[in-house]
Amino acid sequence: MQARALFCERDERVLFSGLDLDVHAGELVQIKGSNGSGKTTLLRILCGLNDDYEGDIHWKGEDLHEQRENFFASMIYIGHRVGVNRILTPRENLRWSASLHAPVDDMRIVAALERLGLRAYEDIPCRNLSAGQTQRVALSRLLISPASLWILDEPFTTLDVQGVKNLESLLSEHVNAGGAIVLTTHHALNVTCPSRALDLDTRRAAA
Amino acid sequence: MNKPVSSHAGTDISTWQAFCATLKRDLVIALKRKNDLLNPIMFFLIVVSLFPLGISPDPVELSKVSAGVVWVSALLASMLSLDNLYRADYEDGSLEQLLLSPQPLYFLVLAKNIAHWLISGLPVVVLSPLLAYMLYLPSEAYWTMVLTLLIGTPVLSLFGSIGVALTVGLGSRGLILAVIVLPLSTPVLIIGAKAVTDVMFGLPIGNHFALLGAILALALTMAPLASSAALRISVN
Repeated sequence: MQARALFCERDERVLFSGLDLDVHAGELVQIKGSNGSGKTTLLRILCGLNDDYEGDIHWKGEDLHEQRENFFASMIYIGHRVGVNRILTPRENLRWSASLHAPVDDMRIVAALERLGLRAYEDIPCRNLSAGQTQRVALSRLLISPASLWILDEPFTTLDVQGVKNLESLLSEHVNAGGAIVLTTHHALNVTCPSRALDLDTRRAAA
Repeated sequence: MNKPVSSHAGTDISTWQAFCATLKRDLVIALKRKNDLLNPIMFFLIVVSLFPLGISPDPVELSKVSAGVVWVSALLASMLSLDNLYRADYEDGSLEQLLLSPQPLYFLVLAKNIAHWLISGLPVVVLSPLLAYMLYLPSEAYWTMVLTLLIGTPVLSLFGSIGVALTVGLGSRGLILAVIVLPLSTPVLIIGAKAVTDVMFGLPIGNHFALLGAILALALTMAPLASSAALRISVN
């Protein structure tokens, strides 16, 4: 994935201009920056939710807008609002999420939930789960999705120490298997895969 | 159901599966939230049963207004429950996931609209003969009323969906939703109520049904497209 000369302003304040970003298979890109520096906006632009920008984004060499379906089929985005319905159970939530991409059988859903430490919580309504557990339900989607590009906005918030370790090993596995990840976090990443960082604050200071 | 033309083998099937899964999801959510399920029906029952108290219990007076009362109440009941269509999904982020699906958004939005109709529109259609009886609607008009509601209420859900999709990102919507939705819905109300009144006077009603059917066809094909575009703008 390539982004060229991205420019975005919000409320008459320039968030970034002339931003170039390349994401290759087999690497993790961490977007850093202080609160309000435009991390979330950048991720939403990259995943196609936000159209309010100038510049070009290419996916596998072609313009993003011309192959939305292909891009959506190989990308998964988990944002601040994690997309977990509070009335449904984790199992029902995952079943629906999967069906939007590629339906999977129940075995894989249970296995994904178990991997994230939600064994025995499969059939409890999500409103009875804690914030960290809800985050884990959302992260389980990564395991049942065929997507090669993961775009994650603050995936570590609300996770406990064990959860953070668990997620770090998930990220490493995905990248080492040839996937790509773009994420934002304030947390010092401890991953065993190629990774680099893009700091929006130092970019702005340099400009 | 029309399937989208696609060059990929298997895409038709997965679109159909995504359609069914979305429909089922919304129905399951509605069944688990009993309040939302009962609200439109209770509203419909209460409004209609208050009219005889407010106007007059006289059968002649009531039968004159009965068609209009049932139709107006059905319209308001549908509007009352419109907010459930996208609000919760917008707040918990499910709407973003819906928009990022590789499946055509048209079918996913259509599935949500059909679920909304099954929850808020169909019960109104089923209950309408009972209320018509309460309001002394002449018996020869029963079938016409049920049929016009059966064709008309899906249109209310489909057009209403456009309004909610446009306003779901706004903090305080207030009357905006009504201002957007009512001009789209009133033709259905006028034609539907007129058909029922005409049949009471023994007039032909074929043209009313033709018009309602045409509006439904238009709504089915165009409204989910408009809703999809509006949703993309709202989450931007």
